[in-house]
Amino acid sequence: MSNKFIGKSVKRVEDKRFITGKGRYTDDIVLPGMTYAYILRSPYAHARIRSIDYSAAEAMQGVVTIMTGEEVGHYGVPCGWQVNFKNGDIMKEPPHPLLVKDKVRHVGDAVAMVVAETRELAQDAAEAIIIDYEVLPAVTDASKAVLPGAPLVHDDVPNNICFDWEIGNPKAEVDEAMESAHHITSLDFVNQRLSPNAMEPRSYIGQYDNVYDKYTLYTSTQNPHLIRLLMCAFVLGLPEHKVRVVGPDVGGGFGSKIYHYTEEALVTLASKKIGRPVKWTETRSEAFQTDAHGRDHVTHAEMGFDAQGNIVGLRIKTFANLGAYLSTFGTAVPTYLHGTLLQGLYTTPKIHLDMTCVFTHTTAVDAYRGAGRPEATFLLERLVDLAALEMGVDPAELRLKNFIPAFDGVTQPGYQTNVALQYDSGNYHSVLEKGLEMLGYENFRKEQAEAAKTNKILGVGFSTYIEACGIAPSAVVGSLGARAGLYEVGQVRVQPTGKISVFTGAHSHGQGHETTFAQVVADRLGIPMEDVDIIHGDSDTVAFGMGTYGSRSLAVGGSAIVKSLDKIIEKGAKIAAHKLECSADDIEFKDGKFTVKGTDKSLSFGDIALTAYVPHVYPANLEPGLDFSSFYDPTNFTYPFGCHIAVVEIDKETGFTRVKRFIAVDDVGNVINPMIVDGQIHGGLAQGIGQALFEGVEFDENGQITNGSYMDYTMPRADDLPMFELDRQVTPCPHNPLGVKGAGEAGCIGSTPAVVNAVIDALWSAGHKVKDVRMPMTPERVWKAMQPA
Amino acid sequence: MPKITLTVNGKTHTHEVEGRLLLVHYLRDTLGLTGTHVGCDTSSCGACTIHLDGKAIKSCSLLAAQADGSSITTIEGLAPEGELHPLQEGFKEEHGLQCGFCTPGMIMCAADLLSHNPDPSEQEIREGLEGNICRCTGYHNIVRAIQYAAQKSAVAV
Repeated sequence: MSNKFIGKSVKRVEDKRFITGKGRYTDDIVLPGMTYAYILRSPYAHARIRSIDYSAAEAMQGVVTIMTGEEVGHYGVPCGWQVNFKNGDIMKEPPHPLLVKDKVRHVGDAVAMVVAETRELAQDAAEAIIIDYEVLPAVTDASKAVLPGAPLVHDDVPNNICFDWEIGNPKAEVDEAMESAHHITSLDFVNQRLSPNAMEPRSYIGQYDNVYDKYTLYTSTQNPHLIRLLMCAFVLGLPEHKVRVVGPDVGGGFGSKIYHYTEEALVTLASKKIGRPVKWTETRSEAFQTDAHGRDHVTHAEMGFDAQGNIVGLRIKTFANLGAYLSTFGTAVPTYLHGTLLQGLYTTPKIHLDMTCVFTHTTAVDAYRGAGRPEATFLLERLVDLAALEMGVDPAELRLKNFIPAFDGVTQPGYQTNVALQYDSGNYHSVLEKGLEMLGYENFRKEQAEAAKTNKILGVGFSTYIEACGIAPSAVVGSLGARAGLYEVGQVRVQPTGKISVFTGAHSHGQGHETTFAQVVADRLGIPMEDVDIIHGDSDTVAFGMGTYGSRSLAVGGSAIVKSLDKIIEKGAKIAAHKLECSADDIEFKDGKFTVKGTDKSLSFGDIALTAYVPHVYPANLEPGLDFSSFYDPTNFTYPFGCHIAVVEIDKETGFTRVKRFIAVDDVGNVINPMIVDGQIHGGLAQGIGQALFEGVEFDENGQITNGSYMDYTMPRADDLPMFELDRQVTPCPHNPLGVKGAGEAGCIGSTPAVVNAVIDALWSAGHKVKDVRMPMTPERVWKAMQPA
Repeated sequence: MPKITLTVNGKTHTHEVEGRLLLVHYLRDTLGLTGTHVGCDTSSCGACTIHLDGKAIKSCSLLAAQADGSSITTIEGLAPEGELHPLQEGFKEEHGLQCGFCTPGMIMCAADLLSHNPDPSEQEIREGLEGNICRCTGYHNIVRAIQYAAQKSAVAV
């Protein structure tokens, strides 16, 4: 152990290739003999395919092959999480074919794939394919899709209901608590659909090698092994050892690149068929239609309070939109990643969520940064802030009154919620108090009162959140319906010269693993960071791992690496003891040296590495080599928490809302690289603020996305955001060796309701007592909220 | 097919190109300069920003044929091999990038901004980046990276 790197803002080792234009993303890869695929997609949300005629296209110059549902429609991509109906029936799980042959179910549904010598020729040929569609009525709103007479997405799924589900205390107990309440705050709202919009469009290359009978798939994915497992075992029936999946540099994911997409299997099949590599890269327009979306809940929620302002109950009815097909984790997001977070930071004694998950004629919905947890935080934090306004009490005071008392999870037990989870450690009051101090709360209220008399009104919004991440204990998620384990692998290979190659199943697509993991390894072994290389993203070099999502890489993947490091140090001590002629118990390892305790006799880490591989003077009963692989399966989720505060200014004449300040005090447990953690928070905040003010996928009545491009879908830009004001508290995670909790999603989970609450607060300060402004809170919507009813 | 001759990162190239070939695809596919990225299809994201005759442009909004006779700089040619431009250094020092996909376009855009306005305010930097989207950083550290480069360049002068 040394302490040179952990806790320091070490500059990222991966940056050099990106700032010089040398990053290697999938679309940058050109293989000999490469062909290019174009996918012809449905322009309709719901239509029966009467016929497909591709004879003219097939004859066009440069066309190599054309595939349709007739050829590959029997293959389909699976769902990775089974959730059952309340009555125990298994969820409806209609097939999701690689190419559709009978009925298209959303705009962008894939109908044919053209492979040609160039991208342009493939597109030209696709335009010559004639498809006769019988257009059918479509439904895009989950709460309307369940109504009698609504068009069916899948003929054998009545009322479009995939499953209904509940969590919490018995409904009758919650009803009773609500009846006894002194005050009930109720809110109907839409947590709108978002497009993840990683900047790199999805891109895949299939390659088949007929000499070794081996497939390679290059894919812009967050989890190469998971893609290999799903594609081999559940889609194409290929032997896993004959398939290599590589996730090279990946330009952002935010959840959208977790899932196994149909195009990954299509390029793989096509490469075998034609004996040449096949590349497919989506356009941004396709990304809007086919990358899994996030959120899309329609909710009625009620929170009950006693006369003293204590929360007595929480009752929720939500319709969650799953889209037309089940994406890999689509069913887990509105259930086990959402309902389980409804305790929030509060002691709420009675909670009940009634959830209905619904098919519609829309793009599939799955995990997008935060995944279910932002929806839970939004619901709770909107209700608490609105209740404070309605009851005329201070929103910060109301929170402090209802927070769970601090517990460390070591000397005090974890906190058992009413919605299945047990929080690991927490200290919630202090993050809010710190945030109030940074805000200068008292002064702010004075400023606000002054501003209320002008055309530029001010509001403050609070959001105090908790999330469950570090996903996840396999046995727990298995009991909840996950069809996979969620451990991680970490292999540490000490080379004969003492240099280190680390193989991790986690995948970095912006998170900086090549730096953070190397900091951990270098400190544990007492060696320079330059001696450590972090290798990820290739199923042929890395043992089976689960990838990166759910803020898990360091908490789970880092812990696996630490386990391997412990084994290396233990074995190193045995080798050192043999050479130094003492007992292994007498060896201590510190600052890169194995030393006989109480003496100056020592051997460097490099000496031990060389001895392990040149074992001439070596313990008789010990294998040569210094190379360990470990799997780490966490015992619990981790529970980061924090307080986000937004200050907004609204122009009364235009309704234009500007975020003036954004304060975030986050507790993500121990921090290895503060610079990287801050960066993760910044990015999350921008996405959360984006949902509040700018973003939202809109459909027309025919199921067309009306804002499916960057001309129309408002992405947060540099001049939409302020400099963020961050602070941090550290409550270590008690159940993993690094004490870390995860930082990837926190910013996105806490920030959205803070902004909405700030807008509502501003409106109330000017006498407009509205309960909600629908997101995104465009100037038009905010302006309308200020007009007389 | 039109024949074009242009200079890219100091090297002269002559190619016959399809009339419809976009400049960005010429740079990426014909010349193999894959540091210039494609993030959208509506000239909205700025990932493909390069310098054409000294001015930042989105290389997806120009045909290769239109660039005939021009002089182009891409991210690969911003600094001599083995050296970093102050902006490249700034992005590294201030953690102005995460996934790196928007980064080349951001840097090329910022270089143009600083050439016109060597000491921009925070607001001027934010407005200057209006045509470039980053999904990872929330722009906070990109602003700081550009401030870093502006300061460093001022010291160098």
